[in-house]
Amino acid sequence: MAASAEKYKSDGTTGGNLLEWIDARFPLLALWNDHLAKYYAPKNFNFWYFFGSLALLVLVIQIVTGIFLVMHYKPDASLNASGVPIAFASVEYIMRDVPWGWLIRYLHSTGASAFFVVVYLHMFRAMLYGSYRKPRELVWIFGVLIFLCLMAEAFMGYLLPWGQMSYWGAQVIINLFTAIPLIGPDLGIWIRGDYVIGDATLNRFFSLHVIAIPLVLLGLIAAHIIALHEVGSNNPDGIEIKKKKDANGIPLDGIPFHPYYTVKDIVGVVVFLMAFAIVVFFMPEGGGYFIEYNNFFPADPLVTPPHIAPVWYFTPYYSILRANTVNFFWIDAKLWGVIFMGLGVMIFFFLPWLDRSPVKSIRYRGPLYKGALAIFVVSFLILGYLGILAPTPGRTLLAQICTILYFAFFLLMPIYTSLDKCKPEPERVTDK
Amino acid sequence: MKKLLIALLWAPLLASVQVFAAGAEVKLDKAPDRSRDHAALQNGAKVFINYCLNCHSASFMRYNRLTDIGLTEQQIRDNLMFTQDRVGELMTIAQRREEAKLWFGTAPPDLTLIARARSTISYDGADWLYTFLRGYYRDDSRPSGWNNTVFSNVGMPHALWQLQGEQIMGPDGRLALVKPGLMKPAEYDAMVADLVGYLVYMSEPVRNYRKELGVVVLIALAVLLVFAYALKREYWRDIH
Repeated sequence: MAASAEKYKSDGTTGGNLLEWIDARFPLLALWNDHLAKYYAPKNFNFWYFFGSLALLVLVIQIVTGIFLVMHYKPDASLNASGVPIAFASVEYIMRDVPWGWLIRYLHSTGASAFFVVVYLHMFRAMLYGSYRKPRELVWIFGVLIFLCLMAEAFMGYLLPWGQMSYWGAQVIINLFTAIPLIGPDLGIWIRGDYVIGDATLNRFFSLHVIAIPLVLLGLIAAHIIALHEVGSNNPDGIEIKKKKDANGIPLDGIPFHPYYTVKDIVGVVVFLMAFAIVVFFMPEGGGYFIEYNNFFPADPLVTPPHIAPVWYFTPYYSILRANTVNFFWIDAKLWGVIFMGLGVMIFFFLPWLDRSPVKSIRYRGPLYKGALAIFVVSFLILGYLGILAPTPGRTLLAQICTILYFAFFLLMPIYTSLDKCKPEPERVTDK
Repeated sequence: MKKLLIALLWAPLLASVQVFAAGAEVKLDKAPDRSRDHAALQNGAKVFINYCLNCHSASFMRYNRLTDIGLTEQQIRDNLMFTQDRVGELMTIAQRREEAKLWFGTAPPDLTLIARARSTISYDGADWLYTFLRGYYRDDSRPSGWNNTVFSNVGMPHALWQLQGEQIMGPDGRLALVKPGLMKPAEYDAMVADLVGYLVYMSEPVRNYRKELGVVVLIALAVLLVFAYALKREYWRDIH
């Protein structure tokens, strides 16, 4: 943070004078230097390092499109003259009568799925290269909190179109909370604001979705980035570039984030936007995975859909929930499901302390960790796939096996990471 | 060790494929694509307004939106509007929902989005509708006297029976036309295809434009990609 001391000196031009005036009163130059121009990032970032900045891009897309959606959306569960809920009708009004409303709505609905795609890949990157390890534990913890917030944000946002899946998906998830002993039933009423999901639920989810959770999310993202820039970025070799510095105290393997990674990330952004545009313009329903087809039916509390599936990004955890079918220790299977689903997310918090490997990056780890990570990823994907389908005894058994493998990855980590045969880490970063 | 790992990785994948194959599906006929055929869509709109819009609403669809499929506002006013007088109005209906519920057992659903809503991950809503509207047969055990191959015990009677005629379900589960209607079977199928084409259009009027715009956006992004990549190369030349 040596850059903080120097202040901007004008070069005599009007723009320069203005900058000097501002910098004397606000740490503009210091912020610019600390986070961009003199933030030294390892020069060997690869493909996996695009997803952090892409997550930020998707956040901006969601906020900007969200602002315009709120201008026309009406969180009202009562029926209009044609017998359609006003909330549902207002979404179709946006799709048909608001200029460019269809585009804004598809950007927002596709953005929700895109957010989870980039965040899941961003988390996988951290697991590949040990980015959660000391000294980046807090970066990781803020990240997991962001992931939690994102789940809440997506869940509440999904209720707002007030379609059949909005309604019945929320029904399933809120009912989970009622499984908690003693306080469960009251907790359910407290969340819904009513005995059933209704107008009160819709209004509070709207409020939480557009104000409360985005505020928390922004704070956490700021904390995530500030903590990252304090300790510096990890890299695909998992070694600390700050250990080898030149005479000026600049890491030998570091390059200023701006302009090097800003121009590189623009390439990533354009490629991402192309993939994003393919979904938005050619398959906005994402084959029924991004917008579920059943959600084009307005919410009807009297008609339970034959098969209620959450949106794809929740399905791994939904599978873990359903995999618990045994009443055990006098506790109901449903409650075990809720507990394991919660633990499935929470267990990420402990990752920095579960990993005992002497190296960080998968490049220098031994076969045990590589195998464990591969099994974990495959189990996660299978759980996600099973969560889309209706359960059968065979599928439930498979989900149970994958749930055990999912948790074994974390719980056995202290053992297999300390037994693993690691390769020596290099002194300096490799590649490029 | 490696082989064991590979086997471990594959086992659940194979199992999931088997699980997937077990699910059965209804057999649906493929609906002909009418999305770019204005004459067919106009015919579909006419059929929809004459036969469906009495009991079903299309309460998100405005009459003047039909200019999308090549009609002028005057044509819409003259040929397609019977109850409303302003061309910007929504396709709502006068029927009361409570009464409809009494008559049919359920209120007829709004049809604006039906083609999208009837889609699933496994099949297209258009195919479902195309099969449904051709799948009515006589069934005296039903209050309406009609049943349907893809929607069993459907509340709606066969609204197009005068055109199609009457079918019965044979013991082999196949439908046979026993009383011909005003249209020959091939004409009826073509008319249903137009109607379904219209329902698909109405479920998302912007669809054709969205795809055209998508091509332009992708070309623009591809051009931008060339410049972005050149910029990156230029800056990174001296990083080794």
